[in-house]
Amino acid sequence: MKHERRRSWIVGIIAILASIVIFLVPFAFIFLTASKTVKDAADLAFTLPTEWALFENISTVLQTNQFVVLRAFINSITLTVTSVIIMVVLAAMAGYILDRRKSRWNAIANFFVLAGLIVPPAVVPTIWVMQMLGLFKTMPGMILIEVTFGLSFCILLFKSFVSSIPRELDEAAIVDGAGPLRLFFSVILPLLKPVVVTVIVVQAVFVFNDFAGPLYFLPGNEGVTVQLTLYNFQSQTLNQWNLLFADILLITIPPLVMYMFFNRQIVAGMTSGAVKG
Amino acid sequence: MVSTLTPSGVQTASNQARPRRRRRSPYPLWFFAIPGLLFIVLFAIPTFASFYFSLTRWTLSTTEFIGLDNFILFFKEPTLVSGFTHTFIYAFLTSAAKVVLGMLLGVLLTSKIIGRGYLRSVVFFPVLVSTIGVGLTFKILLDPFNGLVNKTLAAVGITGPGWLTDPSLALYSVIGVDVWKGIGIATLIYIAGMVAIPQEYYEAAKVDGSTGRQMFFNITLPLLRPATTTVILLSLIGGLRSFDLIWAMTKGGPGFTSDVIASVIYKQYQAGFYGLSTAGNVVLFVVVAAIVVPMSIYFNRQEAPR
Amino acid sequence: MLPVRIHRFARPLLAATAIATILAGCSVGSVGGGGDSGSAGATNITVLYGTGTANDTLFKALSDGFTAANPDIKLTLETQPTGTEGDNLTKTKLSTGEMADVFYYNSGSLFQALNPDTNLAPLTDQPWVDQLSAEMKTVVSTPNGTYGAPLGTTFAGGVLYNKKVYDKLGLKVPTSWAEFDANNKKILADGKVTPIEQTFGDTWTSQLFVLGDFANVAAQDPNWAADYTANKAKYSDQPALQAFKNQQQTHADGYYNKNFASAKFDDGVKAIATGTAAHYPMLTAVLSTVVQNYPENVDDVGFFPLPAQDAANTQMTLWLPNAIYIPKTTEGAKLDAAKKFVAWVNSTEGCAVQQKAGSVSGPYAISSCTLPDSVPAAVKDMQPYLDNKKVSPALEFLSPIKGPNLENITVEVGSGISSAEKGAKQYDEDVKKQAQQLGLEGW
Repeated sequence: MKHERRRSWIVGIIAILASIVIFLVPFAFIFLTASKTVKDAADLAFTLPTEWALFENISTVLQTNQFVVLRAFINSITLTVTSVIIMVVLAAMAGYILDRRKSRWNAIANFFVLAGLIVPPAVVPTIWVMQMLGLFKTMPGMILIEVTFGLSFCILLFKSFVSSIPRELDEAAIVDGAGPLRLFFSVILPLLKPVVVTVIVVQAVFVFNDFAGPLYFLPGNEGVTVQLTLYNFQSQTLNQWNLLFADILLITIPPLVMYMFFNRQIVAGMTSGAVKG
Repeated sequence: MVSTLTPSGVQTASNQARPRRRRRSPYPLWFFAIPGLLFIVLFAIPTFASFYFSLTRWTLSTTEFIGLDNFILFFKEPTLVSGFTHTFIYAFLTSAAKVVLGMLLGVLLTSKIIGRGYLRSVVFFPVLVSTIGVGLTFKILLDPFNGLVNKTLAAVGITGPGWLTDPSLALYSVIGVDVWKGIGIATLIYIAGMVAIPQEYYEAAKVDGSTGRQMFFNITLPLLRPATTTVILLSLIGGLRSFDLIWAMTKGGPGFTSDVIASVIYKQYQAGFYGLSTAGNVVLFVVVAAIVVPMSIYFNRQEAPR
Repeated sequence: MLPVRIHRFARPLLAATAIATILAGCSVGSVGGGGDSGSAGATNITVLYGTGTANDTLFKALSDGFTAANPDIKLTLETQPTGTEGDNLTKTKLSTGEMADVFYYNSGSLFQALNPDTNLAPLTDQPWVDQLSAEMKTVVSTPNGTYGAPLGTTFAGGVLYNKKVYDKLGLKVPTSWAEFDANNKKILADGKVTPIEQTFGDTWTSQLFVLGDFANVAAQDPNWAADYTANKAKYSDQPALQAFKNQQQTHADGYYNKNFASAKFDDGVKAIATGTAAHYPMLTAVLSTVVQNYPENVDDVGFFPLPAQDAANTQMTLWLPNAIYIPKTTEGAKLDAAKKFVAWVNSTEGCAVQQKAGSVSGPYAISSCTLPDSVPAAVKDMQPYLDNKKVSPALEFLSPIKGPNLENITVEVGSGISSAEKGAKQYDEDVKKQAQQLGLEGW
């Protein structure tokens, strides 16, 4: 036991040191640059700021273009939260049926899932369809787009993890008289918790950080999302690196907070032994 | 686990409904309905429409049917061969690295080491930053003269290369950053997979006197199969289609030395060659499908007997 | 046990849905001033331009000036990314009928690629059309009509040079390539400053050797542009090939700054303004950046055209300003308001605002605007070429064909990855697609 504990220390320390160099230094760079004045930041050096200007920079960023960043935050969070919830529910249901039921439809569904992952979205025809449905340039339309393009990934994950849930559980619930909805929502979904958390985290980050989607499907000042705000501080002729990185820092906070929150859930899911049987 | 499944809630289900429910499958197909509708309307229809446009000369408002000319033109693209080569290198190396490193990290981060919580968070941090943010940051860190990487190397007496400006190196530097950015997701999938492995297996193996290495190869590796499948499929598809990080870091340059198929197509769209770029998308789709579909069938078949 | 667990698990999901619904319900426009708060009777039009500090200042000033003069019209400014994304978006918006009421975009070949006759509202009958310079009129017109009004001044493409460096080393402005080369040799031998600044970190800056040489090609073969459009003249043949050769040679001679492969446009401006580089092949349009970032150095920066091999052929290549256009989808009262705005931008009042908010990099392309008395030194350097009519518009204004990959090709030639001949040939291939797309004769 003593030997094992020493090993856990050594491995842990090596891992921590490596993680600092590999993962934390780039973040430190973002933070330091975001804290500098324009002139100071222009050198792009990895140094402490000669003058700390983090809060000034953040307040400048927030006030730019009539609070465009703030509007972008509301839009992005609305988009992310709604589309991820829809995605999780729909994908869990589909992935579950895809694993449990062997039917002719499975082949088609499997094909769609793969196609959804493989085929790049056709921008102009998609806009035409959305215009016909009156969904173009609207938040619900954008949400449905994110859901559609994200479903494949989620279904794939759910499907592979549903397969690790013993069928005996289903059968026991069926014997107890549970209908399909009850079986799914009260027996299966809770057991999928670690995957649900994974999907939420991955997709939330993806939707929140999506740049091309909103750029094409939700254009205009009203629909601006956080990634587009980066362009306010970046141009061909004059880069304001300090503001640019302050903006990067700012728009990384929501995913970070979300991750911190769900990270605990992942750990909780593991210790509760939900899937361990 | 099964024994805990006598929940009070389930008991309230009325007995009379039971026979009817029996006959119906407990796994109704209508669970597919909404995703299926979304897929068809917002994905399948536009995609098929675009397949038609790949056969036309398409200029913003008019289309002229020109048969397979776009495909012929696309295959004549001078950067096409190198583009394909780069795409394959990119997809293969990123997937391989993500599988190997992701699994190692997954195992490491579910084992008993100090700072596990911190390490788990920090590995996932890069995933949280947008591609644009990551691209910008690394462009600066990898600058051949003022970048932190080469300055550090210079401090120990090594002249660092032009990571993103050396034609023979640019692609690999982007690959490195892609792995840096994507490893968190692979690790997370592996952690979820590790957690699903019943602890009893290890305990039984320990009783039988297995070594750590034996346990890894006999228990962990086989039971991580679904996770591995997922990671391989996702990173392979992601790698073959990859575009945004390359675009953010090198725009396919210097020259065309890190151009992949997706960036070639993107440039064609920019130039207004819609028909041509749609044809490119069709080609890309066929190539990715030709690689991924057989693989997916193979993996599915391997899983089936369980 | 189970139901309890479900509840605990499902509750956050439900709560999150509720929050999302509330958020979606509340109008996003209520935050900040971006809302569509058109008061009764006012016509609201949207104006789209590419993001960037300089454009922001310019359009803000134009918007303020215009709405002060026309209180019954409200302008909403919209931005989109510049560069590739901007090009793609502009085309996507036009093809889906979602373009803003007025938009700002390139003139010349990029304008032609927008299919003006089907996508843009004709402005042929507008009073300001007669005031356009002949060159300007052609680059915003098709045979069927005129579609755009200039915004900004013309600018030249050639070599920005540092006058202090020239004074110190006793150099003379070169008129032939041999003289230019001799200057570079002297500067290199002196060893203190970079002879030629290159900034491939922003790939578009690598094209100047080729694009800026066009007037010299035109001097040797006045029909070159027409022949080029007709698929008769090629970059892989002389005289046009020379530009690629010159670029290859300057790299081979070691005239570039050592960080040419990664340096960015910002670095180039800094180098030429502060005199750490002697030459920077560039557009004079970037003088606004010098004015903004290095105001004390503005008059240290001079300009001369890229020298031809033979001094007799050295001419200045001139770019025409970008323009503002109205898409066909703008109709009724909005169309009238949009036309009013376009006309106002080029009125005396509008010009005054343009001058105050932007900066001058060459003469105007419309007679209603005139240059102020004091202009940057580099703009003064352009005047003799204009006076002597030793000037030609850039190729993109004389031919609708411009290949999309030139900047990548010139990066390869300028970095020694590819040879001049190979690069030129590759560009000829690149251009072919564009010509076919436009449905030109002879391709």
